[in-house]
Amino acid sequence: MSRKLLDLWVGFFVAIGFTAVLFLALRVGNLSSANFAETYQLTAKFDNIGGLKVRGPVKSAGVVVGRVSDIRFDPQAYEALVTVTIDSRYQFPKDTFASILTAGLLGEQYIGLDAGGDEKMLKPGDVFAKTQSAVVLEKLISQFMFNKASETPDSK
Amino acid sequence: MLKWTSSVLIELVRSAGHRMNNALQTLGFAARFFMLILVYSGQSFRRLHLTIREIYFVGFQSLLIILVSGLFIGMVLGMQGYETLQRYGSSEALGVLVALSLTRELGPVVSALLFASRAGSSITAEIGLMKATEQLTAMDMMAVNPIARVVAPRFWGGVISMPLLAALFSAIGVFGGYLIGVVLIGVDEGAFWSQMQGSVDFRFDVWNGIVKSFVFGTAVSLIAVFEGYDAVPTAEGVSASIKRTVVYSALAILALDFVLTSFMFRGV
Repeated sequence: MSRKLLDLWVGFFVAIGFTAVLFLALRVGNLSSANFAETYQLTAKFDNIGGLKVRGPVKSAGVVVGRVSDIRFDPQAYEALVTVTIDSRYQFPKDTFASILTAGLLGEQYIGLDAGGDEKMLKPGDVFAKTQSAVVLEKLISQFMFNKASETPDSK
Repeated sequence: MLKWTSSVLIELVRSAGHRMNNALQTLGFAARFFMLILVYSGQSFRRLHLTIREIYFVGFQSLLIILVSGLFIGMVLGMQGYETLQRYGSSEALGVLVALSLTRELGPVVSALLFASRAGSSITAEIGLMKATEQLTAMDMMAVNPIARVVAPRFWGGVISMPLLAALFSAIGVFGGYLIGVVLIGVDEGAFWSQMQGSVDFRFDVWNGIVKSFVFGTAVSLIAVFEGYDAVPTAEGVSASIKRTVVYSALAILALDFVLTSFMFRGV
């Protein structure tokens, strides 16, 4: 086989190999959307984080604006310290409300940010003032059952 | 009786020690051989067409088996995954299942196993036969270094081809899963792709798969060229070398996969 034909086939092979990597990166993976160029970090304290995981999404109005980068336990306050990395394009007011929500009934858990009306913005390293913990299904059910049980027949 | 028993025992211990020593000696020889390949790589890269020719033989000619196997594995994953997921009412997660299992595990591992039996065995046969017909010795006589001329191009051809083949395997597998899941069964197309993109991370999943296939490519190519070079120069010896290439490559791939997986995906 001539050298030129050989080079042609090898070039073809390398090209479709790299196309496959590109396909995996852009179509299968999320390289195009989740790669934030510049980021800053914020911290939130929760009583209970439920099933939140590192690398979980941080959403505001349903749009992914960042990722959970670290989850730690604070042994003094007995709280969970969650560090989130936010895209620098998005700034949030000081009184932004951070809550742990669930996608669907049994889906993955994420942090939802509801912007407040404050004029000052959160600076890198700041702590969210107001947070809401994850809803634990067992607690919800037991609360409901206790309420039912405490209802006296004549109160109906 | 006692004397006989003790002599059998001593013989057993001695044979175990002999095997151990032999294995260690081969391992040491393989390590020195690997260093030699790296040392003479520069010399062989100066004649780049040698390596390009090997990429053609081990990479391009493995395309057919890699693409067909990838497509069928993706289609089977699509069918089996749908069967299980629809019991829990989450058949839209089919894309996630197919893409994650292919990019993380099946793509690198299965394509490396195929590569070992398709390309590794042929490399061993070629080098072993060159040794049996004294071509390697003849090269040495003509002051051509056989490691730079024969071994290093084949090694690098395998190392370069393997990640590309694994990426192609994963890509065509995802396409196979798409064919079965979306086109044939009728899973929603938007959910299939968007859930896949939502949970497959490039650096974490795809890139780790590429790193894995690079490690497997190095291991398989090294085993193949070493077994060929180390072959007993007879017809029997070459056939035993080819057998060892396939067996050792498969074991090395699976063992390395366990080690790499436990480092890469720990605690996630």
